Amino acid sequence: MTAAGTELPELVFDVTPTFVISTALATRDFQDVHHDRDAAVARGSKDIFLNILTDTGLVQRFVTDWAGPDALVRSIKIKLGVPCYAGDRLVFTGRVASVEGRVAVVEVTGTGQLGAHVSGTVTVELAA
Amino acid sequence: MSVEEAAARIRAQGESSRRLARDPVNQAMINNWVEAIGDANPRYAEGVAPPAMVQVWTMNGLHGQRAADDPLGAMMAVLDEAGYTSVVATNSEQTYHRYLRVGEHVSASTALESVVGPKRTALGEGWFVTTRTSWYVGDELVADMLFRVLKFAPPPSARGALRPVISRDTEFFWEGTKAGELRIQRWGDVLRHPPGPMPPDGDLDAKPDWVVASGRGTVHSYVVHHRPAVPGKQLPFVIALVELEEGVRMLGELVGADPAEVHIGLPVTATFLKVDDDLTLPAWRVAR
Repeated sequence: MTAAGTELPELVFDVTPTFVISTALATRDFQDVHHDRDAAVARGSKDIFLNILTDTGLVQRFVTDWAGPDALVRSIKIKLGVPCYAGDRLVFTGRVASVEGRVAVVEVTGTGQLGAHVSGTVTVELAA
Repeated sequence: MSVEEAAARIRAQGESSRRLARDPVNQAMINNWVEAIGDANPRYAEGVAPPAMVQVWTMNGLHGQRAADDPLGAMMAVLDEAGYTSVVATNSEQTYHRYLRVGEHVSASTALESVVGPKRTALGEGWFVTTRTSWYVGDELVADMLFRVLKFAPPPSARGALRPVISRDTEFFWEGTKAGELRIQRWGDVLRHPPGPMPPDGDLDAKPDWVVASGRGTVHSYVVHHRPAVPGKQLPFVIALVELEEGVRMLGELVGADPAEVHIGLPVTATFLKVDDDLTLPAWRVAR
């Protein structure tokens, strides 16, 4: 049985330009800063960067990779920090903050080279 | 209308009309998504959509336009008008009431939840705008999301200096700093600084010229500026009122000096700080 304090296995993403662009398009986010480097630089960014819908997807994958395919994700609450640019490496770490019955609240942090890119909590109903 | 009044008006409009997703939930978009994210959950290969995709179904697409009654767009326009021109997302909180299946067709509507500000932030002064989007299949609520953005006014670039207003009465002075000369306005026998449009005796027919100062003087008074931040300056810095040997007093930054060693009577010499091709500022160095 999962207990509060359980650490999740780390998950690492090499954030290549292909990763940034393919996830932006797969989430139907066509803002130029996610696929056009010149446009991103002209707007004051270092490079193209991950979009928010992808962050939500990565956080979900991080938790369900651990919880298993039969777990049900009930909510994903994320707070955005520093940008995650192409060329960065994003490392997800997490721990179970609380468990009540089959419902676990997992605290998640995705850290890139600039610092905390995304942090938040996922509420997940674990399989019986 | 103030930002608060505009926000109250937009909030009072409640939920926007529901926008139907372009396509029903479909396996092709799911496949693209799991491939890009690298999610191997077998459930998503069997007609169940990843819950985190809920917003994807109703995204606008490559040539999308916001709906006319979209409260976020309306609030962004109000804040643009008020000078808060930049935007950054800060929070996304999605709640899934159930998973979606291939073939279901979702629609979404958005309401303005709150507008809080103005707040001082690391990015500049701004307002936190929170919207709530709800997704439906038919009339069944299947998911909702609180989405918060910070709409802010970026501070002036730290690279840019505050620029003087240059008038016909003062342009000789700024031409002088560009040429490496400290020029003092002269009315007959009287030197005057800052330069003005009239001589001390008020003779409207008089015309001034100028002399080039030696640049030598002593600190008559000074301040050490610790805060607030000033564009283009490292804190703290020293601003000195210098009594020139020609007898006028002139303000400028005292550069290269430890604030602790600065004192009234300190001998200084003029130096010039080139900001760009159009502007050179006069400043002081300790005379050694």
